[in-house]
Amino acid sequence: MSTLEIRDLHVSIETDQGSKEILRGVNLTINSGETHAIMGPNGSGKSTLAYTIAGHPRYTVVSGSITLDGEDVLAMSIDGRARAGLFLAMQYPVEIPGVTVSNFLRTAKTSLDGEAPALRSWIKELRGSMEAMRMDSSFAERNVNEGFSGGEKKRHEIVQLELLKPKIAVLDETDSGLDVDALKVVSEGVNRVKENTGLGVLLITHYTRILRYITPDFVHVFVDGAVAEEGGPELAERLENEGYDRYLTGSSVG
Amino acid sequence: MSSAPTTPSIDEAAVPGAQAHSHGPGSPVPVQTRSERFASAAHSDFPEVTGRELEWRLTPVAAVRDLIDDELDGSPFPAIVSEADGVTCEWIDRTDARIGTAGLAEERAAANAWSRFEKALSVTLTTEEPVVVTIDRTGADSTPRAAHTIITAKPNARGLVIIDNRGSARLSENVEVVAEAGSDLTVVSLQEWDDESVHLSSQFGRVDRDAHLKHVVVSLGGSVVRVNPSVHLSGAGADGQLLGLYFADAGQHLEQRVYVHHIAPHTISRVTYKGALNGQGARTVWVGDVLIGRLATGTDSYEQNRNLVLSDGTRADSIPNLEIETGDIAGAGHASATGRFDDEHLFYLRSRGIDEQEARRLVVQGFLIDVVQKIGNAELEARLVAAIERELEAVEVV
Ligand SMILES: Nc1ncnc2c1ncn2[C@@H]1O[C@H](COP(=O)(O)OP(=O)(O)OP(=O)(O)O)[C@@H](O)[C@H]1O
Ligand SMILES: [Mg+2]
Repeated sequence: MSTLEIRDLHVSIETDQGSKEILRGVNLTINSGETHAIMGPNGSGKSTLAYTIAGHPRYTVVSGSITLDGEDVLAMSIDGRARAGLFLAMQYPVEIPGVTVSNFLRTAKTSLDGEAPALRSWIKELRGSMEAMRMDSSFAERNVNEGFSGGEKKRHEIVQLELLKPKIAVLDETDSGLDVDALKVVSEGVNRVKENTGLGVLLITHYTRILRYITPDFVHVFVDGAVAEEGGPELAERLENEGYDRYLTGSSVG
Repeated sequence: MSSAPTTPSIDEAAVPGAQAHSHGPGSPVPVQTRSERFASAAHSDFPEVTGRELEWRLTPVAAVRDLIDDELDGSPFPAIVSEADGVTCEWIDRTDARIGTAGLAEERAAANAWSRFEKALSVTLTTEEPVVVTIDRTGADSTPRAAHTIITAKPNARGLVIIDNRGSARLSENVEVVAEAGSDLTVVSLQEWDDESVHLSSQFGRVDRDAHLKHVVVSLGGSVVRVNPSVHLSGAGADGQLLGLYFADAGQHLEQRVYVHHIAPHTISRVTYKGALNGQGARTVWVGDVLIGRLATGTDSYEQNRNLVLSDGTRADSIPNLEIETGDIAGAGHASATGRFDDEHLFYLRSRGIDEQEARRLVVQGFLIDVVQKIGNAELEARLVAAIERELEAVEVV
């Protein structure tokens, strides 16, 4: 049982016009086995939250805390956070020239476990996961995300999720750009990992269609760098029908 | 051998600017045209080097002064050539007709070597069955030396020749590479010299009708290493692929001046040089000249140089140059970029638990590996991967 706790988190970025506050007091608690959906308008700071949890150097934490089972996540290095059990499926996965998927995954697995995985069972696991995600085995010898289609990149993120077995995963718009079949495959993948490992999920999305496959326990409406409202799955339906207007009119005056 | 200024002895009629130094006033050809550069086998034909010349201004001339000016030991440079069926290897006289068929010295250090060598090492590939030949040069001592090597692929012959340079040396040399009609030749000049070594190498390629030449320069070891390949695509349908890989550590100077001359129609060239720099005073120079001559219609060329900077205190010069003398080409382009690690690459890898050192190692390997993989010889590729690993061990996390 793990708990990721985010308390009164304020985060800024450096821009040409000086520092700009993006997150303005985020509070969230995610336990193992729970699925939290975050929905909110473009630019409200959802990816900023995701990257801050993962430790991207572009974001500066001004105040507040992030802890995983009481450990100070903000004091950890990027790779230290992954080793502590955090995972970020990125909105725009990065292409890495000259590094093959199989080399990348084996290196990551070795770093996380502190020892190289047994070759035979590892290859079997890799093949199995790629097959489940409907990725041809030839992807293993291609360079990481290089020339992958948008949907292939997202599926590759979930292959990693399955193989690296984190405690808490942030999925940043993993559903965007997926066709109906891929959406189903990816959702099944996430559910399978949840079932097998008790993964806690923070799922950032614009659409309720993925929430039909991955049922959220909680839905958080994210507006202007903070959680504006919380509720159950029914909140997602309402957002889909009504949009974010009622939150924005209140806050966009200033 | 003639010591008169002349262009490389290719089919004269097909050489734009073959009248190199005789075109009178009013000629429309700009004086900078690469093919018109003065060439001679005689040391005395070249003026003193000041270090301000275009050719030398990026080179630490003081460190190679003896190779430019002084008497060089011209006795055969120690080399062991592996034996294989379909390969002949011999030391030939200065007067041999094969000498000077791929090119001629274009600067004073090369001319010095050309003037002093006593015998040239000639390696000839004769069969269509692909062969691998290693010219093993484990160096000599700190005596300044001259050498001359000729590598020839007879018509339709195929093979790979590796000039494997290790140990210590102070060497100025000329290497001629002739890919005769229909041949498929790969030549790799591998510099893994000791730290103190100094090496200046002019390498001339001539690619005849429908022949393929892959020329690879790998410079990892040595104090000052300057390898300048110039390849003349002299027969229709000739194809030249020029690859380079270098990794400069603190205080190391690695230079490569690449020249591709499209002489005949429907010739193809691809130039890809990649380098990494790490440590105080790590220095690299890449100059890439491509000249598409007047008769070289329907040609396709692309050259690129990329440098990855791993630390402060380094300098990489990257100068692409494209001259086109015909309006009818299939394609011509160039690219040059020098940059630091991409933070997004490192972040992605590290977000999967890979520590910073390892992430950097992966990114650098990945950056350089495509050149390695283009060589097309598994054994050599594995050796280069291991050599790059060793270079990376010295890279500190900053
Ligand atoms: N370099 C920058 N300069 C100025 N503003 C920036 C910069 N980088 C990010 N921002 C701003 O930060 C805000 C939050 O961006 P973020 O990517 O977190 O939004 P998001 O909620 O994920 O949006 P989307 O739904 O479009 O993915 C945006 O308004 C964005 O314009
Ligand atoms: Mg976003």
